[in-house]
Amino acid sequence: MYLPATDPILMKLMVTGPFGVGKTTFVRSLSEIPTLHTEETMTAHGVPVDDISRTPGKTATTVAVDFGRLTLPAGDLVLYLFGTPGQRRFLPLWEDLARGALGALILADTRRLADAFDAMDLIEEAGLPYTVAVNRFPDTPPIELDKIRAALDLDPATPLIECDARERAGCLDALIALTEHVLDRLPQETAP
Amino acid sequence: MTTPSGPRRRLVPAYLATQGRTAAAGRHSLDRLSILHAAADLPAGLGGEHRQLWELVRPGALTVAEAAAHLRLPVSATVFIAADLAERGALKVRAPIPSAQPVNRDLAERLLSGLRALK
Repeated sequence: MYLPATDPILMKLMVTGPFGVGKTTFVRSLSEIPTLHTEETMTAHGVPVDDISRTPGKTATTVAVDFGRLTLPAGDLVLYLFGTPGQRRFLPLWEDLARGALGALILADTRRLADAFDAMDLIEEAGLPYTVAVNRFPDTPPIELDKIRAALDLDPATPLIECDARERAGCLDALIALTEHVLDRLPQETAP
Repeated sequence: MTTPSGPRRRLVPAYLATQGRTAAAGRHSLDRLSILHAAADLPAGLGGEHRQLWELVRPGALTVAEAAAHLRLPVSATVFIAADLAERGALKVRAPIPSAQPVNRDLAERLLSGLRALK
């Protein structure tokens, strides 16, 4: 339950996408701890509040955040995965949650591909590099990544992969693809 | 998104857990991945959520987000309580990335090789 006593550096990746697309399953497949859950409240104006009953006329949304943790083999890095809904209206909260994150993985479901647009908009506005992973469900028709790339109008540089959120190996591959993309986007360091 | 495994609603509203304050004490800047670890004894007069958080991070270090989830407190309330405890010397706080260095290639490369080593 506790962090290793090696004073590790903590890093963060976001896992996002529409409701029911498999974000929690993805996080659970990789996490070394049972996935944890917090709820964050956001008003229509993006102001976090605890009690909206005294502010008539405002509406609040509770956003569920599921997260997990993965210690890398050297023991000096711990990766946190935050699974958050990818609706564009959560932008203020999302920016707060994603502060310091290296990048985001968008999970998509081919049976309702258009739902992924919202998450793409959200992450582009937040300015994070991202990779899209199509979650393969048992009743998913055969996945043709070329057609999906065209349908999502993905930038050619943005990786698009296929995974099964229940399988650890495929989830790791998705994070590797995302991290490679993050590296591509980071400026080369100049020699001192 | 998730099927809660038990009751999720707190019995004490968050504004009471922070004793009605809306700003964290002191200069400790805390975010979800700030690392908390109990330092000294719990100062006299602190009970309730302060004691719960302090006891939680006594055996080892946890992030603010993990502490919030274990205590079923909002992250915002956990930040206030942790800042309070840190201000009184009862809690050590460490930033997720020491010396506030920005995300750089070195860190991303270490992450990449770590992920590949897990395969």
